[in-house]
Amino acid sequence: MAEYQNIFNRVQVQAEPEAGVPIERGNRERIGKPTLVYWFGKIGSAQLGPIYLGWTGLLSIVFGLTAILIIGFNFLAQVNYDVIQFIRQLFWLGLEPPQPEYGLGIPPLQEGGWWLMAGFFLTTSLLLWWVRMYRRARALELGTHVAWAFASAIFLFLCLGFFRPVLMGDWSEAVPFGIFPHLDWTTAFSLKYGNLYYNPFHMLSIAFLYGSALLFAMHGATVLAVGRYGGEREIEQITDRGTASDRAALFWRWTMGFNATMESIHRWAWWFAVLVPVTGGIGILLTGTVVDNWYLWAIDHGVAPSYPDVHPGVEDPVK
Amino acid sequence: MKTMKRKVFTAAALTGAAIMVTGCELPVGVETDQKGYRGLGLEQVTKRHLEARKRADMEIPPVEGPASSSGPKAGDIYENVEVLGDLSIGEFNRLMNAITAWVAPEEGCNYCHVPGNFADENIYTKIVSRNMLEMTKTINTEWDAHVGQTGVTCYTCHMGNPVPENIWYEDPGMKQASGFSAQRMGQNLAGDNVASTSLPNDVFSAFLQEDPKNLRVTPRTSLPGPEDPDNLMDAEWGYGLMIHFSKALGATCTTCHNTNNFPDWGTSPVQRVTAWHGIELVRMLNVDYLNPLQPVYPSNRLGVAAGDAPKANCATCHNGLQLPLDGAPMLNDYPELNRVERREGWTPAQDEAATTEAKADVAQDAADA
Repeated sequence: MAEYQNIFNRVQVQAEPEAGVPIERGNRERIGKPTLVYWFGKIGSAQLGPIYLGWTGLLSIVFGLTAILIIGFNFLAQVNYDVIQFIRQLFWLGLEPPQPEYGLGIPPLQEGGWWLMAGFFLTTSLLLWWVRMYRRARALELGTHVAWAFASAIFLFLCLGFFRPVLMGDWSEAVPFGIFPHLDWTTAFSLKYGNLYYNPFHMLSIAFLYGSALLFAMHGATVLAVGRYGGEREIEQITDRGTASDRAALFWRWTMGFNATMESIHRWAWWFAVLVPVTGGIGILLTGTVVDNWYLWAIDHGVAPSYPDVHPGVEDPVK
Repeated sequence: MKTMKRKVFTAAALTGAAIMVTGCELPVGVETDQKGYRGLGLEQVTKRHLEARKRADMEIPPVEGPASSSGPKAGDIYENVEVLGDLSIGEFNRLMNAITAWVAPEEGCNYCHVPGNFADENIYTKIVSRNMLEMTKTINTEWDAHVGQTGVTCYTCHMGNPVPENIWYEDPGMKQASGFSAQRMGQNLAGDNVASTSLPNDVFSAFLQEDPKNLRVTPRTSLPGPEDPDNLMDAEWGYGLMIHFSKALGATCTTCHNTNNFPDWGTSPVQRVTAWHGIELVRMLNVDYLNPLQPVYPSNRLGVAAGDAPKANCATCHNGLQLPLDGAPMLNDYPELNRVERREGWTPAQDEAATTEAKADVAQDAADA
């Protein structure tokens, strides 16, 4: 079947770019002359612009750049301003939080002060971007679902770098900035607090993460599969038999006995995605504050099984 | 036709991606050995081609037949025989030949002796080897918790090299800018000691010297106690040392630990106890035998960053194998190594500072360069 015969298709129609619906406060917020970009059309809409930046967007970018420059220039200083080493070691370099002796105090710049500043600017940047996202949704008279989903990610970010260190009374518990350093932190976190895999909130977070991927694949595949019947007109089709919507529902009812609806599948997806960082953040907050060794906690509460002792007689040499 | 081309292209792209994901390493020649209760992934993974490469330099020199223990003692006949004086002449010369084959097969006697005058004390390598002989005896007689009945000989670490291949010096990493710029805190570079991770690199100074950092950072209770002196950052240091263990022995975490709960001894394999004694042993070697030799070495044998003596870690003896030399019982053929004894009232015939470089040593360095 030629692709243009499918209602969902990748055919690009070149025409005058459209400015979008008028909104209450007028169109002055739209900056830039829109153009069409062929390669953008390969992965999304071919139209680039107009864009709205606004004060929150502008400030968010300024604060975000400040954070990135603080991190980047400290990386560069750590290899004595050697650009070649900076590129070679880029994935290894890190900006570490203050050492434990400073507690929640303000450390000297070279021993964590820059980390604190970078964290402040990055957090401000994220919060401003959240405000921008919320206000754009309201301006278009949409629901604010996207902003709240983004808020759940910001919640996890703050649990790792702010809420938990404050509860522990120690900035040194926070995550360093850097590609490999933050991964090393993750492993060290699990080693220090007795195996994070036994943290039930970590389990939930993983279940929602994998679940999100599964739901995304199921939904994406289903909608593409019914595209030839106009599956994108899902809501207007749900009352009729034999439509794309009806066939999609039937497919899942036949294969697994139960099907989501065209509305509920999006709620499933939204909640699964949002619950990944929310449950993960709760798991982080409980670690070291409420539970010190997750494996032993899991043994106490019958979560972890015990296995036969295949190495009898091994004892701690330190009595 | 077009669809055909597209299908071929897709298949090629998928194959390419699969090869990239597996790191260009085909899953053949990989062996898995179960080490714990079934189904828990407690296993030792070995790659055949790596195992062969690790043993490439391992060629144990042939053993001379045993020497008679009767006859005059070496210490009474030769001058300046301080630690092997109680051996018979025959035993002494047999051991000297063996040490030459183990440590300096190319350089020969002159690596540790001044040509023409074997009694001359003016050569640092002779002084060092005396300490090494005493060290070897201490390891074999006092540390059977780690070396068992197999013990060690000079060859265990040297493997035909005057300086063992795996030694370490203090290593603060490359120069960093001073002033207000953030410090690396001893980590966050591709670390040679920690298998190119960004973990703290100089874990040897931290754990294998005097005043070691605490390795036991994981709480032994499920709920927080009143005070925990250890911090998340301490866990990164210990993790770095464990990476060294793993690389030095070709081991995995599960060689010594049941990884469901790292600190628990009750469910750990017995290798963990051996390894614990190994940490204590290496620390003793560095503190009692290797650090004190610092003034004896010429400057080209000292660390670049701190001018410290060359020191030992797990890899010095293990060289990538869980049992050094695959457990070859070399000590059985050389029981003389356990009869090292410093003679009482001994003073060297010449007592100038013995820091002259060995000629062969200089030649070797020139060849290396």
